[in-house]
Order: sequence, then structure tokens, then C-alpha cells
Amino acid sequence: MIALYLVLLVPLLGMAFLASFGHRLRAGRVNVLICVFTFVLTLVLAVDVLIDGIITLPGKQFRVDAFNVYLIVLTGFVGMTTAIFSGPYMENERNHGRLNDTRLRLYHAMYQGFMLSMYLVLATNNMGILWVSMEGATLATVLLVSLYRTPESIEAAWKYFILCGVGIAQALFGTVLLYFAANQMGGLGDRALLWSVLYEHASQLNPTVMELAFVFLLVGYGTKIGLAPLHNWLPDAHSEGPTPMSAVLSGLLLNDALYAVVRCKMLVDGSVGSPLAGYLMMGFGLLSFLVAALFLHRQRDIKRLFSYSSIEHMGLMTFAFGMGGPLATFAALLHMTVHSLTKSAIFVTVGHAAQIARTQKIEHIRGLIKTQPVIGWGLTVGTLAIAGFPPFGVFTSEFLLLTATMHIHPWLTPLLLLGIGIAFAGLFRNLQPMVYGLAPQGQKAVKVNHWPIMAHLGLVLWLGLAIPGFLSDWFNQATNLIAGSFPQ
Amino acid sequence: MDITQYTFYEQAILFIAALVVFTSFLMLAQRSLFGLIYVFAWQGLMVSMTTALSAYVTQFHHLYVSALITLVLKAILIPLMLHRLIIRLDIHREVETVLYPAYTMTAAAALVMFSYYVVLPIEQLSSLATRNTIAVSLAVVLLGMLLMISRRQAVTHVVGFMSIENGLFFAAVASTQGMPMVVELGIAFDVLVAAVLFGVFFFHIRSSIDSLDVDQLNRLSEVER
Repeated sequence: MIALYLVLLVPLLGMAFLASFGHRLRAGRVNVLICVFTFVLTLVLAVDVLIDGIITLPGKQFRVDAFNVYLIVLTGFVGMTTAIFSGPYMENERNHGRLNDTRLRLYHAMYQGFMLSMYLVLATNNMGILWVSMEGATLATVLLVSLYRTPESIEAAWKYFILCGVGIAQALFGTVLLYFAANQMGGLGDRALLWSVLYEHASQLNPTVMELAFVFLLVGYGTKIGLAPLHNWLPDAHSEGPTPMSAVLSGLLLNDALYAVVRCKMLVDGSVGSPLAGYLMMGFGLLSFLVAALFLHRQRDIKRLFSYSSIEHMGLMTFAFGMGGPLATFAALLHMTVHSLTKSAIFVTVGHAAQIARTQKIEHIRGLIKTQPVIGWGLTVGTLAIAGFPPFGVFTSEFLLLTATMHIHPWLTPLLLLGIGIAFAGLFRNLQPMVYGLAPQGQKAVKVNHWPIMAHLGLVLWLGLAIPGFLSDWFNQATNLIAGSFPQ
Repeated sequence: MDITQYTFYEQAILFIAALVVFTSFLMLAQRSLFGLIYVFAWQGLMVSMTTALSAYVTQFHHLYVSALITLVLKAILIPLMLHRLIIRLDIHREVETVLYPAYTMTAAAALVMFSYYVVLPIEQLSSLATRNTIAVSLAVVLLGMLLMISRRQAVTHVVGFMSIENGLFFAAVASTQGMPMVVELGIAFDVLVAAVLFGVFFFHIRSSIDSLDVDQLNRLSEVER
């Protein structure tokens, strides 16, 4: 229990510390240290949950169960490895004169601020606090998107701010409706926004209000997931911000927004008794998946390319959660993990690739394998993994999802296969020349810490070959929680 | 239910709630930036008054705190901040063109009717004196969005955004007895931080495109040219 307090407290203190000393030479190291410490704490928390089951803090404002504990550990891990990558990367950016001390301090402080809001989103039991922290995540990252102060980055940040701000306002309306529905039962008082209380009484909540609430919640948090047609901010914010930010946005923020939607869906399903929520999620998910797969072919900026790939995968997960059923839910949970690991590894390599080529334009990035094999191969292997090749974990989860679709909605399987095929083609037509093409004269390798890339891709490979027992136990429990039964 | 059956206070709540929507319409028609901010401050004041009145009628005392937060934040602090920013940015003489005012107004009226239609099931369930005003809150949210869509000025967008927040806050008061205090404080904190960040952004945008016309933010597009 103490670990849960500390998981929330350490990033807060880290933010305060880095806000004053974040421009110093060793600030990057301090950032790493804080993240490592938090990651260890999340592991302790995970062990606690493994032994004791659900952990609730007094007052029930925070609650950790099988579903969110693995996301917390994932957040800690990706946060840590990205911090390791970010140290030398940001130092390099400062040496190139793209940053000054004030902005570096802002960056480091907001990195911890973002981590704090992510932990809050995951650990809170209060749907209101969930909204507040989700908005907090936007506020923490919006100035980071415009960190370089180029006209493009300012435009991207403005778009991100306005679109996500208005989008997430819809989620607040949905939350108000949730509270209204809970208040109808009477006698709950302030506890009426607690997820656990709502879940317990889900069958008594008024179905009409809950349906209405879910529409608003899905649109609101869906903007943050990057579901089409509300995805416009995502490629801009990912491509214009500093690369470590792209890695954590793709790897963590999108997952957490999806987590919020799934929590809401669990409440609505318990109340409505019709598959409305699921159908909505399937529709939005499938649309985003196909739209993003098509847009992959039209990108000329390497970071935009991979952010469209993020939209595609988030669409796939939303679809899987929407379809429901134990197998699809298990696949979606696994996919959340492997996508987050793979995509943050890809963004790390992409960041280095852009530093090697000194541009993000795909047509000017050439011959990576020749110039710096670690980056070239990292990008190749990462893209292979994200495109769903065996033996990586993404293959496993996509395969499970396809199997589940065959069982439940067979006529949708061809659409999924088509989308996966289109996305594969879109990624590889761009990847091929970047890694194998002729390296321009005088292209030099950059200083790289290849540890994060290896660790992430290694884990994805491991998850593809064999899921360790304790992890599959977690996934099974979470599946049972969400879908109501264990996968076969 | 007949309107004569309402008590005096309930009628007062309804009256002020109607004025809140009216301010939303005024914002849509308002062309000068200062005028827009004054109307926005009035809206904040009226939302706060309705909250205080419902606190009195329903005897939920923590609503007084919510009313106070709204008053300080939405009627005083944020308008004041925007006012000072406009002077510092030296754009107070700018007059915005309202494109297709007639269409905008018709669309706004349609949105109000739409919100009455959407919240019908909720109104029927509620037993609170404020239930008739739930539709008003949704209408304010939608009209705020319409304001953002129909205008090009960054400051107007921020006012639209804050007006949406007003609507949401009003929804919480009208449909329930206000959110739990910790959530309300969290939301107020977010809104305050957002307002400060918006102020920072005005200067960034200005230094990058030499204007606050967001239409000129057009370097990024879905498919790159």
C-alpha cells in the first residue's frame, strides 16, 4: 500500500525538483534516477497486488486491480527507458542550439508532470479525478509539443490544445451524466463517482442515461486515443514535439485514454444490457484502423508515418475491446503491452535516425544500416514487429484477435486482414530505402544508448515466443474482470 | 408541469438560466474582442448566481463554494487576464468579421432545440428543482463549440473554450448537486492552468505568424504536399 503512495509522490517531488534544477548538466541523469526509482516502486506495487489482490487506499480514492496494475508497471518501464534515451538526446539537441536552459528545465519538469498524471489516471478510482488527470496530461505535454518554437510546432501544439481540450470537455459531460445516474439511486453522496461503487451498482443505473453518457465519454476520451475522425492532432503533436515526448505519448497516453474508455464500457455494459457500447467502439475502432492504414501511404515525415501507425493500432485495440468476449479482450490487453513497447522503441530509433540525417523527411533519410547498424537494424526489426511479423508479440495478439473475430463476426475478418496488409505495405515502402539506401556523403553516427531499444524489442520478442506465467495470470484476471469470463 | 406551480426561487433559477443561453447567443454575434470578454464575464456571473440560488433552494451548502469558485474564476480572473492580454498584444481595435451571421444564429437556435431533445430522458428522471436547466447547460456547451468553429481569432477560440467549461460546470450543478468537492477543485485548477497556458500561446502564435488569426496556422496537413 505504501508503494502506491510513493508511486504518486515520487514523480510529484521529481517535478518540483526538476522545475528548479532541470537545466543543470546532470538533470537528465536525475530524471533517469527518478524514473528508475518509480519503476522499482511500481514493481513492488505489482508484487503487492499479486499477493493481496485488489489494493484500495483508505477513502477508496485509489484502487489498483489486475487491469490497471500491469499498465502501471508498463508506464513505469516505458517512462524509465524513454528517460534513459532522453538524456543524451536532449543534450545533443541543446548542443545543436535548438534548446536553451529554460526550455530544458521546462522539459524535465513536465516529463515528470506527465508521468504523474499518467499514474493518477491509472490508479484513481474516482471518475472525476480520472478526467482531471487526463486533462492534466494534456496541459503537461502541450508546451512540450511546442518546445522548439518553430511555426510548425506552435501550430501543432495549438491544434493539440484546442482539439483535445474541446474533446475531453465532452468526456466531462459524460462524467456528469455518470454522476447523475449514480445519484438517482440515492444515498451514495460523494462516493457516487467512485468506479468501484458504480461497478457494484451498475445494474441499477438508468440505461438511457448511461447510453448517453457513454457516447460523450467515448467521443471525449476517444479524441485522446486518436480515433478517427478526431485524430488530427495526433500526427502533428507526435511529429513536431521532441522525440522522447512522441515515445511516451504513443506508448503511454494513448493506452491510458483507451483504459479510461474500457473502464466506462464496463460500467455501461453492466447497466444497459445491450451491446451498444461495444458496437460504437467497434465502429470507431475499425474506421480509425482503416483510415490510418491508408494514410500511411501518403506520409513524407518519418515521425508522422509512425504516428499514423499508432492510430492504426489504437483503432485495432478499440475494436477488440468493443467486440468483447474473453479471447478478444485478452488479445487487446496483450496488444496494448506489445504496441506500447514496440512503438516507443521505434520512436527512440526514429529520433536517432532523424539526428543522423538531420531531418525528419523520409526522402532524405538514407543508408541507416551502413552509417549506424544499431539504429538501422533497430528500425528494421521494430517495424517488422509493429507490422505484425512472427515471432514478435504483435503477431500473437493480432492472431488472437483475428481468431476471435472469426468466431464472433466472421464477415469483419477480411476487413482486418486487408487493413493489416495495407499498413504493412505503407510501412515497408518507406522503410526499405531508409535503411538500405545509399548513405549520403559525410553522414556520421551519433552517440546512442542502445540499451532501451534492445530491452523493448527483446521483451516484445519474448512475449511473442512465450508469455511468462505471472503475466498471463494477470491478463487472465484482467480479462475476467472486463469480459466476465476467463479465456479458454 | 405548469410554470405557475414553481416557487419564486425556482422561477428565478429558470430566468437566470435563460439569460445564460442568451449570453451565449450574444457571444456569437459579438464582433469586438472587448465586447466578447464582457459578455463572457456576464455569463460567468450568471452561472455563479444560478449556482448560489440552487444552493439556497436545495440546501446543499457546498454549492456556495462552487458558486464562489465560478465567480472568482470565470467572472473575474479569466476575463481580467484576457483583457490585459488583449491590451498587451495591442489587438483591442481589431474587429472580427462574423461570417454568415444569419446562418450562425439559425444553427445556434437549432442546437438549443437539439439539446432539449437529447436531455429529455434525463429531465424526466430528475427530481431536482434545477432539472429544466440541464438542456441549457448542454446548449451552452454546443454554442461554445459553434463559436469556436465560426471564428478565426485565437482569443475568440479561448473564450469559446472557457464558455464550454461554463456549460459543463452548469451541467454538474443543474443535473446533480454539483460534483464532489475534490473533483470540482481539480477541474478549477485545470481551467486556471489552461487559461495561463493560453496566454503563453497567444504570444507564441503572434511571434510565429505575426497575427492571431488561426486560419494562418496551415503549415501542417493530413497529407503532405
